Amino acid sequence: MTPMTASPALAATTDRVAAIRRDFPILAREVHGRPLTYLDNTASSQKPVQVIEAMNRYYREMHANVHRGVHFLSETATAAYENARLRVARFINAPHPKQIIFTRNTTESLNLVAYSWGRANLKPGDEVLITEMEHHSNIVPWQLVCAMTGATLRYVPITATGELDFEALPRLLTERTRVFAFTAMSNVLGTINPVAELVAQAHAVGAIAVVDGAQSVPHLPTDVQALDVDFLAFSAHKMLGPTGIGVLYGRRHLLEAMPPFLGGGDMIREVKMTGSRWNELPYKFEAGTPAIAEAIGLAAAIDYLEGLGLDWVGAHERELTTYAWNRLHEIEGLRILGPEPSRRGGLLAFVLGDIHPHDVAAILDQDGIAVRAGHHCAQPIHDHFGLAATTRASFYVYNTPEEIDRLVLGLYKAKALFEVEG
Amino acid sequence: MDDLYRENIIDHYRHPRNKGHLEHPDIRYHDVNPFCGDEITIELKLDGDRIVEAVFDGKGCAISQASASMLTEEILGKTLDEVKAMGKDDILEMLGIPIGPVRMKCALLALKVLKAGVWGLEEWPE
Repeated sequence: MTPMTASPALAATTDRVAAIRRDFPILAREVHGRPLTYLDNTASSQKPVQVIEAMNRYYREMHANVHRGVHFLSETATAAYENARLRVARFINAPHPKQIIFTRNTTESLNLVAYSWGRANLKPGDEVLITEMEHHSNIVPWQLVCAMTGATLRYVPITATGELDFEALPRLLTERTRVFAFTAMSNVLGTINPVAELVAQAHAVGAIAVVDGAQSVPHLPTDVQALDVDFLAFSAHKMLGPTGIGVLYGRRHLLEAMPPFLGGGDMIREVKMTGSRWNELPYKFEAGTPAIAEAIGLAAAIDYLEGLGLDWVGAHERELTTYAWNRLHEIEGLRILGPEPSRRGGLLAFVLGDIHPHDVAAILDQDGIAVRAGHHCAQPIHDHFGLAATTRASFYVYNTPEEIDRLVLGLYKAKALFEVEG
Repeated sequence: MDDLYRENIIDHYRHPRNKGHLEHPDIRYHDVNPFCGDEITIELKLDGDRIVEAVFDGKGCAISQASASMLTEEILGKTLDEVKAMGKDDILEMLGIPIGPVRMKCALLALKVLKAGVWGLEEWPE
């Protein structure tokens, strides 16, 4: 086999990517004596020095509890925390920062909707529609809330190419459907779903649309008003920000009508021994001291991403994904799940002959290459394709074609070690 | 690089010893590792309390399956009390490779299945 060379378009971005890589201290480290090749971005991204420093500066210069004190530091911390909320609102074009609720992560955001909206609105006979390509965090909360309320959970099936079966949609999305919850981008198949179109179809039958944006928001421009979504959930740590903070965007009248999710400090207007009244949005949903430094870190991550331009981020990932798609297909016995590069995000989940994905990942790790192996918290997809697990390589702003070449070499090594035919 | 995948591991994985089922096993146990979907069944034939036949069946990663294959050789002729006394260190010594915390579950699944069978535990329902 002769290795393909990178496209001229890729070569043109080399300088830019080299500059980006210098912002990420961890990318300079070695693993098992080899340069780190980090291709596990779908699980979590690395952090630029701008994010790390913003959080350090907060703890060195600004820390106090928010919304409580009248002293200087508390006011400084509150201003920084609320400014982060404003930053997030602008990033996804939310009409008002009140509609941005800080949570721990996408999982908590989706649980908030399922428990708070779901328990107040679902009853026996109602249907919740999700899809077969969801992450467990957009399946299990709905299973729980359906069990509590007597509502029925239905799934939109996926096709052989790993896309939603749109022909099956009309008979599943009906006037019984109260909520349609779906991912904007699959974390296994890479499939990019037509969010605006699906939202419009949900609204046409009177259902609300809940979108899991964990994989899409870090990689594609997101405009909640253009998409017309009712709820959007995403996590900071997949978009160059810290762990421990996520976002729930919600339509204002829905959020206003929903009961609180967690009770405690900061979420109340008045507490009497006989009962309490709730605070206004967004604080009704932010009980307890929030992740202040993490919110500031998220704002710094958004600054960084917008500095690069989300259009550039998407274009860079598409080039890498196309290159990786072609190079991986040179390897006989390798099968990639999901649609072709033009219809997917920057991730490729695959199987290599009959080698167990944990063995593939362990062999790659010996060469300093980080990929994910397992069911990626999406067992129904793997069941659909009759697989227990896959190996997944995923890309972000700092990845290069040379790293994909290293991945391919590692996969040939795995094949040789396991004497796979072909 | 191939610390984890020494020749004996690959050999036991690609050419497993004692793989299959017994017609009338005295002891049979099956369990899975939900983290990676590894699956192992172990069946034993006894003479008194001594193991005279040991077979396994399963699917999963090289570490879990090689560990099961080696274990069926290792326990032949042992008494049930000797098996009950076996532990993690016996498996690590048998495998002879460095096992990190994440892969430990793969390495120890066969022993877990064996000991559960020997102690007469009920299998988890499917």
